[in-house]
Amino acid sequence: MNQPSMFEALRGIIQRDLLLAMRRRSDVAMSVFFLVIVASLFPLGVGPEPTVLRTIAPGVLWVAALLACLLSLGRVFTADYLDGVLEQMLLVSQPLAVLVVGKVFAHWVISGLPVVLLSPLLGLQFGLSGESLGVLVLSLLLGTPTLSMIGGIGAALVLGVRGSGLLVALLVLPLYVPVLIFGAGAVTSSSAGIGGEANLSLLGACLVLSLFFAPWATAAALRIALE
Amino acid sequence: MQWGSLTEFLAMGGYGLYVWTSFSATALCMVWEVLALWRRRAAVRAEYRDVS
Amino acid sequence: MSVTGVNWLKYSSPQAFYPLAGRMIPWCAAAASVVMGVGLYIGFFVAPTDFQQGEAYRIIFVHVPAAWMSMFLYVVMAVWAGLGLGLNARLSFMMAQAIAPTGAMFTFLALLTGAMWGKPTWGAWWVWDARLTSELILLFQYAGVMLLRTSIDDLRRADRASAVFALVGVVNVPIIYFSVRWWNTLHQGASVSMTAGSKMAATMLTAMLLMTVGFWMYSIAVTLARVRCVMVEREQLPAWSKQSPMPDVAEAR
Repeated sequence: MNQPSMFEALRGIIQRDLLLAMRRRSDVAMSVFFLVIVASLFPLGVGPEPTVLRTIAPGVLWVAALLACLLSLGRVFTADYLDGVLEQMLLVSQPLAVLVVGKVFAHWVISGLPVVLLSPLLGLQFGLSGESLGVLVLSLLLGTPTLSMIGGIGAALVLGVRGSGLLVALLVLPLYVPVLIFGAGAVTSSSAGIGGEANLSLLGACLVLSLFFAPWATAAALRIALE
Repeated sequence: MQWGSLTEFLAMGGYGLYVWTSFSATALCMVWEVLALWRRRAAVRAEYRDVS
Repeated sequence: MSVTGVNWLKYSSPQAFYPLAGRMIPWCAAAASVVMGVGLYIGFFVAPTDFQQGEAYRIIFVHVPAAWMSMFLYVVMAVWAGLGLGLNARLSFMMAQAIAPTGAMFTFLALLTGAMWGKPTWGAWWVWDARLTSELILLFQYAGVMLLRTSIDDLRRADRASAVFALVGVVNVPIIYFSVRWWNTLHQGASVSMTAGSKMAATMLTAMLLMTVGFWMYSIAVTLARVRCVMVEREQLPAWSKQSPMPDVAEAR
């Protein structure tokens, strides 16, 4: 009996989740559409004055990305929880934390990566240009995986609980705030000419920290939810 | 610290509103918490009395 | 475990801890009243007027203790949560459950009194600087810990999920504490630091420390009272109606 290695298990999980997502492509499209709609609401509400839009662009785009991630958290574990696959995952020999990394990574590819890829277009819509645009993409590239990792903890904690949609938002949004501040701050300081390096390195630090600790916390939360 | 009169004490050099709001809010919260706990304890004792 | 001649482990069961807590509450409550009384007296009748801030500075006698307690209680709650998860002890989870509301109250008071202090000294009720923002997040974290517990019906799962969330959030506490130091390098000329500036007069410091100790004694008393309620509410076993280890509850019958 050949036991798959951790990397093979990781790859297997990612492949499986991506395959499942491909069969329901609407999930990817939903994140994209949501981002575009929310980002479009602000110029409609605030007025099309270019300087105003350029000022609020980092915050608006980052909040929209954050909300898109938040709304998609229901999809990380729920389907597997409902059909019993999650319980099987608890029983395999590979550490649950590794499987969690796989699932969260797949979730990011489905919900977070489209946001990163679409952000330059939205940034242009808001009048960002040049270096700020690049910093925006980079900040989202560093930040959205962190949002997915932290979101995974929340999703695992509220598995199967009534009213979990609002509850997970309340749990996860306070933890998202530092990422939001650094992310939007990177773009703002880049636009102001100070350069976004400080904020970007802080974002990177958040990513590394979440990669180390979030899988363990999520695995613990999953075990608690499935006892 | 010598206060000239009660009025001076209450006025707090013009900042009376801020100072006294802070202290009274603190006192109110603490009193409320203690009272709520007292009520909770009474409810627990009453309920336990009925359980047999 | 017999360094002091007492077997401390026997207090790890709710039944044994209940009377111990009951004996501690009056002492802590008395200590709290006395210490706070002295602190307030020194704060209002001994400490002089501040040169820069006038009488408004006296708010620190509730603001700083409340802020310290908000952080300290969260850490203590997280410690009990961790002990509960590690040792699988009911009492630890109950202690964590009992601390949360008091911690949330102090966080709220820290924010409120902070705004009261900020308006006359900085001119604004609220600024979005690192310390205030992270203290606000702390309030949401307390709310999350409490809401997670009440939303989950299964008691055991509620305890453990709430504990995990409390531990995850503990990372915010050092951020609050060190934010003033860290963010002075990122944004030059940040808002006024609450500990920098002229050295505090000894009487002011004394009053502030006394109030902190008083708040701490108050927190212990209130937490122990709450955990006793929690214990009876949760552990309503038929066996207890006969030989009750909680004599004062039994005598109510």
